[in-house]
Amino acid sequence: MRKARLLTGVAAAALLLAACSDSNKVDNNTPSNNTNTNANAGTTNKANLTFAVITHGSAGDKFWDVVKAGAEKAGSDLGIKVTYQSDGSAEKQSQLIDTAVSQKVSGLVVSMADPAALKASVEKAVAAGIPVITINSGEGSSAAFGAITHVGQSETVAGQGAGTALKNAGVKHLLCVVHEAGNIGLEQRCNGAKSTLGGTVTNLQVDVSNLADASSKIKAKLQADKSVDGVLTLNNGVAIAARDAIRDANSTAKLATFDLDATVIDAIKAGQILFAIDQQQYLQGYLPITLLYLYKTNLNIAGGGQPVLTGPGFVTKDNADQIATLAGQGTR
Amino acid sequence: MTATTPTADERLVDVGRLRRLLIRPELGSIVGAVIVYIFFTTRSDIFGTVDGIANWLDPASTLGIMAVAVALLMIGGEFDLSAGVLTGSVGLMTALLTTRGGMNLWAAIFVTLLAALAIGFINGMLVVRTRLPSFIVTLGTFLMLQGLNLGLTKQITDTVQVGGLDKVPGYHAAFKLFSSTIKIGGSDFRVAVFWWIGVTAVATWVLMRTRPGNWIFSVGGDVRAARSVGVPANRTKIALFMTTAGAAWLVGTITALRLTSVQANSGVGQEFTYIIAAVIGGCLLTGGYGSAIGASIGAIIFGMADKGIIYAGWDSDWFKFFLGVMLLLATLTNSLVRRFAEEARK
Repeated sequence: MRKARLLTGVAAAALLLAACSDSNKVDNNTPSNNTNTNANAGTTNKANLTFAVITHGSAGDKFWDVVKAGAEKAGSDLGIKVTYQSDGSAEKQSQLIDTAVSQKVSGLVVSMADPAALKASVEKAVAAGIPVITINSGEGSSAAFGAITHVGQSETVAGQGAGTALKNAGVKHLLCVVHEAGNIGLEQRCNGAKSTLGGTVTNLQVDVSNLADASSKIKAKLQADKSVDGVLTLNNGVAIAARDAIRDANSTAKLATFDLDATVIDAIKAGQILFAIDQQQYLQGYLPITLLYLYKTNLNIAGGGQPVLTGPGFVTKDNADQIATLAGQGTR
Repeated sequence: MTATTPTADERLVDVGRLRRLLIRPELGSIVGAVIVYIFFTTRSDIFGTVDGIANWLDPASTLGIMAVAVALLMIGGEFDLSAGVLTGSVGLMTALLTTRGGMNLWAAIFVTLLAALAIGFINGMLVVRTRLPSFIVTLGTFLMLQGLNLGLTKQITDTVQVGGLDKVPGYHAAFKLFSSTIKIGGSDFRVAVFWWIGVTAVATWVLMRTRPGNWIFSVGGDVRAARSVGVPANRTKIALFMTTAGAAWLVGTITALRLTSVQANSGVGQEFTYIIAAVIGGCLLTGGYGSAIGASIGAIIFGMADKGIIYAGWDSDWFKFFLGVMLLLATLTNSLVRRFAEEARK
């Protein structure tokens, strides 16, 4: 009797799992051993090229899925092998880099959220003759570590862009909503906006994994300080939370955001969000693979010592429809 | 005192109304809540107004529903670390079944309830069968659910977010029931607040007035003693895990219908908040002691501290620090009051 009950439980679990898994899809993200020992730039046979992309995006981050899609598309367009791995912890990320170096990949793409922690691993890759391109974050340390170029959006420049656009919309007191404590890029966005807005900027900390709470925090701030007439969010999910907060607080504050998804695009079309700043992160996957390819086959170095900027791109009411189609395909 | 005759049993001693009140597990948290409330009303004009109260009751409500269920489970001597991520699973499942599977919203809400209860049943079954600590078992289900949430969502939608719940037929009626707002005193209160009050009332009644309530205290206090007097310990524990899962279903549904889109990582990390709220409310980590009302008051303290810091206009960079101080003070008050009460009893 007891055994039968346990069996029912196990069967239910098995059914759940069976219903949930699709065994047709094969994970091809594990880097295979690459026997190519020729690390000289410009002379490599394209068939032997394997580029490894190692980022700090945590699994399930929508943003990094688009980067991954970009890198894999570049790989298939060029007919070369691209592997993608990520880990939110800097220590694990550095171990992934070390592994890629020991596998003698032909090129390395690394996002450096914590440059100091990755310094040794990146320099080891450079010393082993592997060309490195940094993406997304770590622009300041990129050249010093020996990377050939940096592909990303300067957070400060993007923040300045947002500040200017909000100033033109008449915003005087801006609330900048920071959703990850200790992320320097987010602070730079707020500071960038502050430098061009010409008014007051107040920062507010919220937690991105509890959006209902983020919404009521923004509402509390709008109730407590009626002079706030603009809200800048730095994440698409938080943007929707802020939209609801502005509505619930009966505030007339104008809303703008970084990063977008289908819901944000709908809100832009409905006039609830003024604009979204698009980092165009697909390019942060696609471009470095292309640049590494050009470096390995043709010794090209883009950027001339300056970072290659992928943004800011603005999504407004005018172009929202086309972008919506592309976002649905996971490339915007 | 009535203990004048030498034959009187010391357990029958009349300890007086005040002391009896003091040994209630929730008393300390009530004192803490009053202190936090008074503190923030002196720091902000809005905190104590109807608008302010409606706003800090909003996060307290969903937290409170979970904290009450988690408190019952903790009184029963177990933990559930999968409760937070399960709220995300419920939301994702509802969204996927309706927007991708074309299922009627009400049917989907019912199916996810069954699925959540099944997960609670599996948790409970694993704990009582294997006799492993529930901390480890539910840590396992927590990680599995986190992986399922992400893996399935990506396989089905190619992104890590499911949106468009508001375009599903039946949404408005479901939204009214779970996530709408009710105007009281000129301000909008979340309907979740009333769900929370209902859940707290039912849980308190079960704990204080019914036989299963006694079973919960006894399996958490000493499971072998409970078994030997005929308490169905295994069934009680499994039912408690299913209750927690049921609460996660309610909160997951409330949150999903409110936000209309669900992210694959939602709910992760919330499980500790539930436990914290239950502990502030007087639950012991060792089981056998605690109250449902206390857990709800723990949630209120959390909600007040959370929003009070913003209303007071403090730099939000320091938020977590203030929150930590607040929680420590509340728990300290709680244990001081309890110690005082227990000493007074002797």
